[in-house]
Amino acid sequence: MAAIFSFCSDPASLEGIEWLSCYLTTGKHLGIYWSIGTVLLLLAITAPVALFFGFAGASAARSRILPIAWFGKGYTAIVRGVPDIAFFLFFVIALDQFFEWIRHEVKCPDWDMPIRQGNDFVVCPEAKLPLGTAPQWVHETYGFSLAVLTFAIVFGAFAANVLSGAMRAVPHAQLETAEAYGMTQRQTFWRVLVPQMWVYALPGLSNLWMVLIKATPLLFLLGVEDIVYWARELGATKTAKFTDYPHGDWRMWYFLALLVFYLGFTKVSEVVLDKIMSRLTRGQATAAGEAQRKAAA
Amino acid sequence: MKTLILSTAIAALAAGAALAEGHGATVRMGTEGAYPPYNFINDAGEVDGFERELGDELCARAELTCEWVTNDWDSIIPNLVSGNYDTIIAGMSITDERKQVIDFTENYTQPDPSAFVAVAGNDVDLAGAVIAAQAATIQASYVAEMGATLLEFATPEESIAAVRNGEADAVLADKAFLAPVVEAEADLAFTGDDVLIGGGVGMGVRQSDTELRDKFTAAIQSMKADGSLNAMIAKWEIGEQF
Repeated sequence: MAAIFSFCSDPASLEGIEWLSCYLTTGKHLGIYWSIGTVLLLLAITAPVALFFGFAGASAARSRILPIAWFGKGYTAIVRGVPDIAFFLFFVIALDQFFEWIRHEVKCPDWDMPIRQGNDFVVCPEAKLPLGTAPQWVHETYGFSLAVLTFAIVFGAFAANVLSGAMRAVPHAQLETAEAYGMTQRQTFWRVLVPQMWVYALPGLSNLWMVLIKATPLLFLLGVEDIVYWARELGATKTAKFTDYPHGDWRMWYFLALLVFYLGFTKVSEVVLDKIMSRLTRGQATAAGEAQRKAAA
Repeated sequence: MKTLILSTAIAALAAGAALAEGHGATVRMGTEGAYPPYNFINDAGEVDGFERELGDELCARAELTCEWVTNDWDSIIPNLVSGNYDTIIAGMSITDERKQVIDFTENYTQPDPSAFVAVAGNDVDLAGAVIAAQAATIQASYVAEMGATLLEFATPEESIAAVRNGEADAVLADKAFLAPVVEAEADLAFTGDDVLIGGGVGMGVRQSDTELRDKFTAAIQSMKADGSLNAMIAKWEIGEQF
């Protein structure tokens, strides 16, 4: 193993800071640093996608066309009712099999064996997703994308509920005024309802964001290694036989570091969300908007 | 010249067909990475241990390219069955219960003695004790059957921590896993008699994947025959040899 510091070749002889700096730069520890990036990337992609799903769900639930309204309401009701862990174990696997089944139907029309053989799901090798021959990073990226999609569907359902509440919270007089000015349904929705609903949605959405930050350990169910997996793995007792850096049960310290990370992340989120809130309040017909207007005057 | 080109073309075609028939080039090996000496993550962050060395050797003998992936123990069987990887090589004992869902190659270890570990100097009456074990293991079902109170944990590490902090009176796990722990920790000691459970450790494969299973079984048999498996078992202190 290539160590970062030259003095790391014989860890047993080291002490104090030198030992620690070698210990914290082993290939294994690079794994946990890398996983912080994985988690941040997941959040960065999932949050907007989930918000989009939520918006689509909430708008669908308001639709005057019954089947669309049923779809929107069914989506929020079903997904919110199923436990996350069950969703992650079964839905993702089902989704993966659904993709492979479609590819199988398209690519191997003359395949004669059944797809379901007992417990097994067998498609032709060309339909595997990713292909059995694909390098490891493709498998990891695919697993990661499935995770993003699942997170987006789950959190999208919660966001849809928050948003549809927010849409109802916009004062009805506003919508009636818009109609009185001769705006169409569509114009009322986009120009009056949507700009005003965010201020009511934000407290609920910020809650969802906080929950999402802490939901990443579910990733390991899909084989994606997140920070909690690494903290558990690195903190576990290490006997001298299997490592150059033996130590006792250090999980407490690793989880303490995680605690600091999450608290810091929460603090940053709060600051940013406060900024967004004050921006959204500007000019709104709410108590906070009124206070802002008076302070400026 | 023409025959040369023709025969080359036929050879190439045959090779291509063989490749398409087989599993593609890569076999993905799924493991837990938290159960030394069977499998663990080494300082460099790679899968290491008895099963890593064994798996690489088996792949070489079966002329397969293998790739290692880690997966949570709890979801290790569902992910195999749905095709996220092609084998489980994670210290998994062959049991009838598991055989209903997946297939196993021939065992590459003897039925491994499992052992109880308790706090040193603490005389535990095992039959009436609270005993920790990793969830969904043969040890967990053994504890449930012997009538003691079973306390399940997601990882082997947590089951040992439960004994140290007094949550459980003893832990039951593979002896090969516990031996280095007892050696390193003065406050823990073996207690009671060893028990033999399971039918040895084998590689898990999908039930439809008989070709892959037979390839690995043949490779395991050849390693048993030339003694290299015994040498590996001795090196990693896994237990009984063949």
